[in-house]
Amino acid sequence: MTPKDEQELAQYVKDAGANGRKLRIRGGGTRLALGNAVSYDDMVSMDGFSGVSLYEPGALTLVAGAGTPLREITETLRKSGQQLPFEPMDHCALLSSTGEPTIGGVVACNISGPRRIQAGACRDSLIGVRFVNGQGDVIKNGGRVMKNVTGYDLVKLMAGSFGSLGILTEVAFKVLPIPETQTTITLHEVDLDVAVQAMSSALGSPFDVTGAAHLPALENTPSKTLLRIEGFAKSVKYRADKLAAKLSRFGEVSQSYDDHDIWTDIQNVTRLSGTIDAIWRVSVKPSDAPQFCETLAKNCPNAAVQLDWGGGLIWARVPNDFDLRQCLNVAGHATLIRGDGFAAFQPQPSVLAKVEQNLRQKFDPVGILNTGIMG
Amino acid sequence: MEMPIPSEMVLSRKSDIVARLRAVLSDDAIISEPSQTQAYECDALTAYRCAPMAVVLPRNTQQVSDVLRICFELNVPVVPRGSGTSLAGGALPTADSVVLGVARMNGVLETNYDDRYIRVQSGRTNLSVTGAVEQNDFFYAPDPSSQLACAIAGNVAMNSGGAHCLKYGVTTNNLLGVTMVMMNGEIVEIGGAHLDAAGLDLLGVICGSEGQLGVVTEATLRILHKPEGARPVLIGFDSNEVAGACVSDIIKAGVLPVAIEFMDRPCIEAVEDFAKAGYPDAEAVLIIEVEGSEAEIAEQLEKITAIAKQHNPIELRESKSSEESAAIWAGRKAAFGAMGRISDYMCLDGTIPVSELPLVLRRIGELSKQYGLKVANVFHAGDGNMHPLILFNANKPGDLELCESMGAEILKLCVEVGGCLTGEHGVGVEKRDLMMTQYNAADIETQLHVKDVFDPAWLLNAAKVFPLSTTKSRRAS
Repeated sequence: MTPKDEQELAQYVKDAGANGRKLRIRGGGTRLALGNAVSYDDMVSMDGFSGVSLYEPGALTLVAGAGTPLREITETLRKSGQQLPFEPMDHCALLSSTGEPTIGGVVACNISGPRRIQAGACRDSLIGVRFVNGQGDVIKNGGRVMKNVTGYDLVKLMAGSFGSLGILTEVAFKVLPIPETQTTITLHEVDLDVAVQAMSSALGSPFDVTGAAHLPALENTPSKTLLRIEGFAKSVKYRADKLAAKLSRFGEVSQSYDDHDIWTDIQNVTRLSGTIDAIWRVSVKPSDAPQFCETLAKNCPNAAVQLDWGGGLIWARVPNDFDLRQCLNVAGHATLIRGDGFAAFQPQPSVLAKVEQNLRQKFDPVGILNTGIMG
Repeated sequence: MEMPIPSEMVLSRKSDIVARLRAVLSDDAIISEPSQTQAYECDALTAYRCAPMAVVLPRNTQQVSDVLRICFELNVPVVPRGSGTSLAGGALPTADSVVLGVARMNGVLETNYDDRYIRVQSGRTNLSVTGAVEQNDFFYAPDPSSQLACAIAGNVAMNSGGAHCLKYGVTTNNLLGVTMVMMNGEIVEIGGAHLDAAGLDLLGVICGSEGQLGVVTEATLRILHKPEGARPVLIGFDSNEVAGACVSDIIKAGVLPVAIEFMDRPCIEAVEDFAKAGYPDAEAVLIIEVEGSEAEIAEQLEKITAIAKQHNPIELRESKSSEESAAIWAGRKAAFGAMGRISDYMCLDGTIPVSELPLVLRRIGELSKQYGLKVANVFHAGDGNMHPLILFNANKPGDLELCESMGAEILKLCVEVGGCLTGEHGVGVEKRDLMMTQYNAADIETQLHVKDVFDPAWLLNAAKVFPLSTTKSRRAS
C-alpha cells in the first residue's frame, strides 16, 4: 500500500485498526533490519510523501515529506551551502541493504554520525513533526521555528521511536552552513586508552572539534586516532595547528586537508561491514570505553571495534552467538544492529519499561504500528 | 484568569496532611502558616497570586520521593518550584496545593572534565553551574536572562534558552540525564553521562514538560570549554526591514554568530535613557557576537561587516576592547530593567520564521496604535524568538486586561505566520488558553496522553499548559 497523502494514510490506518491488521512502515527500505523482528500483515510505503515543501536558507530551516530521499534533501541544502548538521550514517554497507534512504527513516531511527559529538543528534536538529497515530489521527507537534517550548516536546519522543508511536509524514529541521573547509589531525599508532585520553583532551579544548574517532589496528592496518576541525579556512588552520601541538604529547601527529572519505567511512562504519558477524552499537561515557573494550577483548578475542564520539560510541563486530551485553560492566547500553541472536535493544529498568509500554498503548492502542520493533 | 476550584476535601484535611509531611522532613523544611506560605503565592508573573496550602523544602531525592508518595496517597495537588522566576506562571500555586521547592537542593554532585559533564542537584542556579567549572575554563551554555537566580529544575521544566543558543542550543540540547521522582514517589534515572539513553527519548519529553510529568531532583549537564575570546559588533539601521534582511544575509553567507540580538527604536530609546550605552539614533540596532581566537574573530567580523555594509548601516561599531564590548552589551542587558523603570510591562516570547520579521514588527506597531499601549521589541533575531514588551499601568483599572488582549493578538499573529506561542518561557498559566490557536484537539489530546502515563491522577502542576476545559475530566478523576 502506498498512500498518497495524510488523509488517505489516516483512513488506511483506521481501517487496519478496525480489522486488526498489523502494519510495517517502509521508507527507503535500507534500515528495515534495525530493531527487533516485526510481525505484520501489510507493508505501508511512504513513497507518496516525497518532496521538500519549504526551505528558507536565511532562516536555516527545511521542511520535507517523510518519504523524501535523503539524497534529495542533501542536494537541496548543498545548493545553498547548507547541510543537516548531524551527519546521518548510511546503513547500506553494514546491513547489506539497497535503496534510497529517506529522511523519515533517519528520524524514526534517530540516525546521527560523527558530528553528533559537537552538533547534536538527529533529535537535536529536528524541530517539527507530523504523524498519523495508531488510531488514524493526524497529529502535529513542534513546527518550523528553532525555538519552541509550546506544549510537550513530542518531536524528541518521535525521533528514535522506530515507527512504534506513529507514522511520520512530515519532518522539519534546523540546518547549518557547510563548513568552508576541514582538517583532519591524525594521531598514529597509539593504544585505545591513550586514544581516548587524547580525544578527551581535544574535545575539552576551545578548538571546537567536530569529529573524534579511533580506529584500532586491524589486520595489517596500524591504529589511527582522528580529530576533525571545520570552519573558515584561516580559523581551521589556526585551530588545527594549536590542536596538533596539544596532541603531540600523545604520539606522532599528522594533518590532512579535506579528507572527507575517511569521515564517511567512520560515519558508515565501513571497516566493520565486510563479514556476516554481528554488529553492536554501544553507548558509554567516553572514559569508560577502554575498560569495556578490554573486557570485550578478553571475552571475545575475535572482536573488532571502532570508536566514535570521543569514545562514547563503540561499534563492535563479534560472532553472532556472542552476547556482548554480558561484557558491559560500565554504565551505558548496547544495541544489536546486525544479527538476530539477542534482543535488539537493551532491556530498560522496570519502571521505565512500563512507562514506554504505556506510551505505546496510548499512541497505538490496538498495537498495529511496527509491532514489537522496540520489544 | 480561571484556576480550578480548590478541593474542600483536601483543605479540610490540611492538619493531617501537614503532619504526615512533617514526619518525613525536618521542622524547618515545611511551611504551613498562612503568613509564611504567602511568600510562595506567585513567581515572576506577579499579576496572579494564590498562596498554597503548604510549602515543603526537601534536601534530597529521597525526601522528594517521601513527599510525593504522601501527596499521591492523600490525593493532594503538588506544584514544583525552582527559584520562582517563571514569566509564565509555571510555579503559580492553587490554594489546595503543596508547593515543592527544590531551592535547598543546590549541590554539585560530580564534575568530570574528561567526559565533559557536571551533575548537580536541580535547585542549583544556572549561573552557579558555570561558577562550579569556570576555574577550569569550562561553562554551561544555556544562558537565560534570569541565570543569576533561575534554577536548573526550572530550566529543565521550561526547556530554557538564552541569547547564545543560536550556536549552543537550548536546555534540551545540553541535558544528558536526570534523576526524577514520579508522582507516586518512584525514583527513576533517565539518561546519564553517556550520550544516548536507551529506549524511547523520555528525557526529550520530560525537558519542557513544565513540571507536569515528574520532579527532577538531579541533572547531568554537558559542559564545554570556553572559547578563547568573544567580541560583539553593533550595527544601526534606519529601518526594521533592512535590519531583518541583514540578519538573513549573514546567516545565508555561512557565518554562525553565537548571538544576534535585535532592538527596535522604542527599546533603544528606553535603554539609552536608562543605561546611557551610547547607542545610535536608529530605527533598529543589531548586536552580533562572534567567538574564537583573535584571528578567528577578525575573520568572522570581516565577513559580517562586509555584508552589513551592503545594507547601508547608519552606524557600525566594532568593539576594540573588553570595555567597549561591555558597553555594547550594557544596553541590551539593561533592556528589561529600563522598561521596568518607565512602566509595568508584559513580556511575550513568541517565535516566528525569521523571514516574517518585517511583517510581524509592522503588525505589532499597528496593534500598539489600536490598543493605545506602547510596545518595545528586543529579541534573539538569529532564531526568530521575539520578546515584545507591552507597556501598561497596573494601577489603572482595565489596563492589565487590555494588555493581555493585545498580547494574545501578537501571539496569534506569531502562530499565523508559521511560528509558535512561546520560544523559551513556557506556557504556564499565561498562554494556556491560547494553546488551541497552535494545536487542534487531537494534537492536545496526544500531549495529554503523555501526562496520563506519567501522572495518571493528574496531581502534578495540573492546572498549567493546557486549557482547563481540555483537562477538566482528568483532573476531576
